[in-house]
Amino acid sequence: MTVDDRAPARSNVSLARRAWNIRRKALLMGEVQGQGYIGQALGIADVLAASYFHALDYRADEPEWEGRDRFLLSIGHYAIALYAVLMEAGILPEEELETYGMDDSRMPMSGMASYTPGMEITGGSLGHGLGIAVGMGMGLKRKKNPAFIYNLMSDGELGEGSTWEAAMSGAHHKLDNLICLVDFNDQQADGKSTEMLCSEPLGDKWEAFGWFTQRVDGNDLDAVVAAMDAARNSDHNGPRVIIFDTTMCKGVPFLEAREITHFVRVDADEWGKALDVLEEGKPA
Amino acid sequence: MTMASMARKYEARKVTPKEERQATSAMIASLAAEGYDTVSAPFGQALVQAAKADERIVGLTADLGKYTDLHILGNEMPDRFYQMGMAEQILMSAAAGMAREGFIPFATTYAVFASRRAYDFIAMAIAEENLPVKICCALPGLTTGYGPSHQATEDLAIFRGLPNMTIIDPCCADDIMGMVPAMIEHNGPVYSRLLRGKVPSVLTRHKPDYKFELGKAQMIREGKDALVISTGFMTMRALDAAEQLAKDNVDVAVLHCPTIKPLDVETIVAEASKGGRLVITAENHTKVGGLGEAVAGALLTNGVAPKFRMIGLPDEFLEAGALPTLHDMYGLSVSKVVEQIKGWL
Ligand SMILES: Cc1ncc(C[n+]2csc(CCOP(=O)(O)OP(=O)(O)O)c2C)c(N)n1
Ligand SMILES: [Mg+2]
Repeated sequence: MTVDDRAPARSNVSLARRAWNIRRKALLMGEVQGQGYIGQALGIADVLAASYFHALDYRADEPEWEGRDRFLLSIGHYAIALYAVLMEAGILPEEELETYGMDDSRMPMSGMASYTPGMEITGGSLGHGLGIAVGMGMGLKRKKNPAFIYNLMSDGELGEGSTWEAAMSGAHHKLDNLICLVDFNDQQADGKSTEMLCSEPLGDKWEAFGWFTQRVDGNDLDAVVAAMDAARNSDHNGPRVIIFDTTMCKGVPFLEAREITHFVRVDADEWGKALDVLEEGKPA
Repeated sequence: MTMASMARKYEARKVTPKEERQATSAMIASLAAEGYDTVSAPFGQALVQAAKADERIVGLTADLGKYTDLHILGNEMPDRFYQMGMAEQILMSAAAGMAREGFIPFATTYAVFASRRAYDFIAMAIAEENLPVKICCALPGLTTGYGPSHQATEDLAIFRGLPNMTIIDPCCADDIMGMVPAMIEHNGPVYSRLLRGKVPSVLTRHKPDYKFELGKAQMIREGKDALVISTGFMTMRALDAAEQLAKDNVDVAVLHCPTIKPLDVETIVAEASKGGRLVITAENHTKVGGLGEAVAGALLTNGVAPKFRMIGLPDEFLEAGALPTLHDMYGLSVSKVVEQIKGWL
């Protein structure tokens, strides 16, 4: 299958606009709850736009379509970002945006497969996605299903032993249908990732484990798209990883400038202000 | 998988009007405890005090220092604090290694991650060797609305099955500040649940001379109609419920049992044998393998068989949502405790 066959990729809405729409929806959800992992959502919006509107094949009206590329959200707390892109893609109805995190919502604060169409796995306990992705890669190969598996994980998850077991396993089983996306936002719960368990030189590590490895600026859409294409089209006989260096709160300068933490504080009156600031940078 | 959610995954939802909305409480939110004074970071404070007096004490965490109040030690005594990154297995292995070298490590994370991710490392590297590692874990039972990934509903059951392990489920700041020195004094592994942030002070309000004692259950309130044997914050719920029930002339006694293992069988059997009271256990934990079954086993093997009921979580993966909603849904709120007790009497 070539990239152009994939329906979402044929849309004439620019990826920049998709990313902007994702940021806006995430801010609207944050406003509903008065909280949320908004820093992460704003940081990863470009990668999600490129995933759902360039790289992935899926059917919006049939989230469990057997031929779909699987997108695993290993980081349950990034759910707010995935809900935004699932709405943008038409997999979740936009009307439900205001139920985010509410009782009886299909969009709980932490992503769970049992609640949300399009959410492939239950996250929250970090370090699960890549291992499940390995098994799905093995399963798809057994079924001779040509779909790809994308696993989105965080730099914090690089600390878990399970991540590196999966990394070895994916290479050992030559899973050329597995693409791991790492959000390197240099942030974890207690502080900066690079000051916690130093994972550098990160690219060299993945490469030594047998992965086709790229590292790009995750907020540069052209670079993200090029890396996504290269990951998919590489003739490497094994799995692929893209490390995305991202900026938390990207797109809302006054939040970017704030002391960044795992749970960025946004005061009640600042959600509207953030939406206004975003509006100024609206792409065509 | 949460069955109720699964069944409704493809059902569209209506938007609740703004005024009627109830937001999911934040991960770091303190437990609603109306009418009680609070203490800020009792675990962190008590640990710093102990560490100043005992050089062997060190603190280790797996990227949850701020979320377990261990950051208080990190700030005040940085050379005693080890940030292990988000890696619960090495957290426990390394704590075992430090204990072997003569230190008393306090290892902190969330209860789900200690009991699930790191269990084998705790079992073999720590418990089997009977090493003095103190495992202190936030988000016990149902104290977050984030769903099963963060709700440690079966941690007590898991650790009860582990030989050598002492298990504590503190009710409030009074228990937490008392248990830290007791854990250090006990020369062996301990698993304790933690409440963090602004933690209510409950027990001393009901019983001014209350002091935590490892391995001891203590009567907090006398009563002749029913005896609630409770642990963790369910003692607070039981005491609040008892005050409400008293207004309806229902007289409820509360026996607080913060040490789950070893269980204070003597006190429990003695109290449950008194005067034909309905005996109720109350715990912030699944009814499978927690305080309730431990008490039931102790009573039966000692030939005591009162009318017996359990308050606790069902054998299910729980829903996500706002904490007050969930406490009502699963019977842990004061009003639901009152309702259950009335129904049984
Ligand atoms: C196995 C596990 N351990 C600990 C946690 C608690 N926790 C939630 S988010 C987080 C930080 C992890 O780093 P990362 O995902 O990079 O955080 P972010 O970039 O969103 O700040 C931690 C430790 C968890 N959810 N799962
Ligand atoms: Mg991070």
